[in-house]
Amino acid sequence: MDAALWAIGRGTGVVGLVALTLAVLLGIVTRSGRPLPGLPRFAITLVHRNLSLVACVFVLIHVVALFFDSFAQLTLLDFVVPFFGSFLPFWQGLGTVAVDLLIAVTVTALLRNRLGLRAFRLVHWLTYALWPIALAHAIGNGTDGTSPWFLWLAGISTLAVVAALSWRVSARFVEFRSVRTGETS
Amino acid sequence: MAARRFESTGSTGTLLHIDWTRCDGRGLCTELLGDQLDRDEWGYPLARVDSGSLEARDRSNVPIPADQQDAAADAVALCPVQALRLVPRP
Ligand code: SF4
Repeated sequence: MDAALWAIGRGTGVVGLVALTLAVLLGIVTRSGRPLPGLPRFAITLVHRNLSLVACVFVLIHVVALFFDSFAQLTLLDFVVPFFGSFLPFWQGLGTVAVDLLIAVTVTALLRNRLGLRAFRLVHWLTYALWPIALAHAIGNGTDGTSPWFLWLAGISTLAVVAALSWRVSARFVEFRSVRTGETS
Repeated sequence: MAARRFESTGSTGTLLHIDWTRCDGRGLCTELLGDQLDRDEWGYPLARVDSGSLEARDRSNVPIPADQQDAAADAVALCPVQALRLVPRP
């Protein structure tokens, strides 16, 4: 049983991180206001949202599986308060921070149309902290965290996110930028 | 997103109101409501002139046909800056 929980915990952690990475990338595309080949703008928004929810589901399974695993020795406290873990408390704590951020970002995103744009946007920016924290947690805490295939995955994901971010802050990011003037952010 | 298809395409009692102070011209609504909305040269949505707007020049209040109600509701929900509202037709 423990072996199964451990395997589930590992697998869902990796899949959750991949889903999160794709969600971040599509979130940046959403913000640009541009369509992708074969994917109109509203579809990008929907896929961004659904991938984020998929990531949440995998993270939930990840956390619950490891809660019942006897080696990880998680307590309920470790779900919300970081750095009290018994196994690699720092790296596990990063996972807890990531979960807290994920909850905040997801809840405010689901309530976006009721919360108002400013609150939503402020909290949503936390994703830029959430993603690297989740990645660091995976590398530092994961059973496979430092195995070559995972480091390759982490490297490619980082490259993709950094590339998307540089595009995000570049002048040509927003569609119609060239014909609009005086637009910020 | 499967918009239900009705036989009737007559306008209903709702208007899609575009709040110009908020709209960022991201173009989701123009994709979802291609028959009702056009994009100007800066990417902002405009009611199509032939869409039967109440007042001829009122291009920020778009009459929504019955078979586009779902699409309009989707557009309201998906607009990234909450610039759209469905309002009852006066
Ligand atoms: S979806 Fe919203 S921001 Fe985008 S063009 Fe339509 S009203 Fe403007």
